[in-house]
Amino acid sequence: MALRSDIHAPIAAGDDPLRLTGQRLPRWAPVASLGIGVLIGLAVQITGITVIGLAPAVMAALVFLVVYTAWTLAVEGRRHAIDRLATALIYSTATLALVPLVWILITVVVQGISVLSAQFLFVETMRNVNPRAAGGGVAHAVLGTVQQVGIATLISVPVGLLTAIYLSEYGRGRLARSINFFVDVMTGIPSIVAGMFIYTFWILTLGFPQSGFAAALALTILMIPVVVRSAEEMLRIVPNELREGALALGIPKYRVVLKVVLPTAISGIITGVMLAIARVTGETAPLLLTTFLAQDVNWNAFGGSQASLPTFIWDQIARGTQSSLDRAWAGALALILIVLTFYATARILAARYAPKER
Amino acid sequence: MSLLTPPRITGSSVRPGDRNFRFITTGAGITVLVVLAAIAAFLIWKSLPALQNNTGNIFTNEQWLPDADPPSWGIAVLIFGTIWTSVIAMAIAVPIGIGTALYITFYAPRRIARTLGFIVDLLAAVPSIIFGLWGLYYFMPEIVPAAQWLSTYLGWLPIFSNDLDLYTKSILIAGFVLAMMILPTVSAISREVFWQVPKGHIEASLALGATRWEMIRMAVLPFSRPGMISAAMLGLGRALGETIAVALILSAVFEINWQITEPGGNSIAANIALKWGEAAGNGRSALIATGMVLFFITLVVNMTARWVVNRRREFSGAN
Repeated sequence: MALRSDIHAPIAAGDDPLRLTGQRLPRWAPVASLGIGVLIGLAVQITGITVIGLAPAVMAALVFLVVYTAWTLAVEGRRHAIDRLATALIYSTATLALVPLVWILITVVVQGISVLSAQFLFVETMRNVNPRAAGGGVAHAVLGTVQQVGIATLISVPVGLLTAIYLSEYGRGRLARSINFFVDVMTGIPSIVAGMFIYTFWILTLGFPQSGFAAALALTILMIPVVVRSAEEMLRIVPNELREGALALGIPKYRVVLKVVLPTAISGIITGVMLAIARVTGETAPLLLTTFLAQDVNWNAFGGSQASLPTFIWDQIARGTQSSLDRAWAGALALILIVLTFYATARILAARYAPKER
Repeated sequence: MSLLTPPRITGSSVRPGDRNFRFITTGAGITVLVVLAAIAAFLIWKSLPALQNNTGNIFTNEQWLPDADPPSWGIAVLIFGTIWTSVIAMAIAVPIGIGTALYITFYAPRRIARTLGFIVDLLAAVPSIIFGLWGLYYFMPEIVPAAQWLSTYLGWLPIFSNDLDLYTKSILIAGFVLAMMILPTVSAISREVFWQVPKGHIEASLALGATRWEMIRMAVLPFSRPGMISAAMLGLGRALGETIAVALILSAVFEINWQITEPGGNSIAANIALKWGEAAGNGRSALIATGMVLFFITLVVNMTARWVVNRRREFSGAN
């Protein structure tokens, strides 16, 4: 039976017929192809001559893909050409995926840094500030965000943690399966629907006024599933030997859970809570329906509209003047710093202190 | 004989502390179900007034006049815009998300893989108001030439044609921004799914002489297909409910327009955010009705996705 010759380059006359390796491209081939692409791109940029109106960067990418694939096809054969094309495309998607975050971060920092100051963050409010005039600040919004997210955390952490304990320590059978399933489904509830539910339930039906607390309730609905999921994952990787050892000593199960299982998983649970906080701090839509906008400090979370960082940005964009846009960017910088700090700290802690699996 | 009888265990077999604790944790779990049921119940209840006095057909009427006398409104335009923006977002985000996940799982060196995964996940933490602000003032001017290119060279396709010669605030741009917002979801879940491909399948195909792409095509992708479908659907669920970024970017025209490069479009969630402040009693009730529709659409999408992914293994995109 003959060797499958399509795996390798065709065997040239005079070559060893038993040679198992085919012709390969030199190691510098990808870089060289990319270089040709970039050169063509530069040429398009400088001369302005292009094919069907394509931009220089797009031309560069296309030329690279065509040159690289054709070269491989000529030297290594069809299968390797497809492989290298796929590799190039997969590398490109990974590069593309980086673009939005970098672009957004740079824009927010560059636009926001000039207005942002301690005065802006903690002292000034928007009370009596003309939209056209510079000045003003977000002290009232920072206060509102801290109160609303704080209340939401105080409610959702106990509920979420207890649910996670139920799922990992007690839950068997149909009820546990359906709770497990609907916790996952709940992570996908649109935030505006959560806000709308609190509006119909808390404000329309029970008759309470718009307040920071109503906003906190809406955020609670968004936080609970995140807390449950991350806490449950952490509880599940606590080794069973710990539970069995404690139970064998005659300790009641609830004390085993509270004194052995929870302390083992606590670092992971805390990072999960931080991720949940990061997720809801940037929510705008539910706040618009439950507490709306405010221009001044409102210490009372239970009565009257309260500002928050996301709704502050929304309000400033809507005003549309240059000064209000500057304020929106500074607010955006403050918000993104808070959110990303929580998020990044949580992820780094999680990577470092999570209990090892098995 | 008496030596062989086992010691009697005294007292009740369940301690009160245990019973109470179990009761409390079960109660917390049931709260989740109660909240979901309550969301459905309250949204239906509070949308009834507007549903009853609506003089137009809710599914075909293309007007939004719930506070007029007599009220006349429908959700056709909103459902169309919601689905159309989300479909475009999926068309962009699913290939890029899956490609990124493939890179991270099978191509990247370990250190780079971890960093890239972290950066893509970080994108999920960027608040939607910031996506909207950046999308409106920085992304839109950059993407307009691409929209012009589409309508110039692919304008013979009806969806790319542009009769107005205006290219800002379009469904296409909203779709791009939505794509960036759902990219982390698609990528994270695909990654999780790719990790579950049996190592034996991967090594066997490589040992048989497959190239890396052939390994992916023949060992990884068939195994991961259900997982990738649910990754795409969970991304869809997020895109459907996204409010603020869409509200800022679209020019919120109340009509059905397939042409994705023209200004216009609307979505259920964006319409709620934009109309809420000015709506009177019946207007709010009508908005709640649209919110109820959105809730049930996302519920069905999410339940299907979860059902598909849970058949394989438990995984959630919660973080």
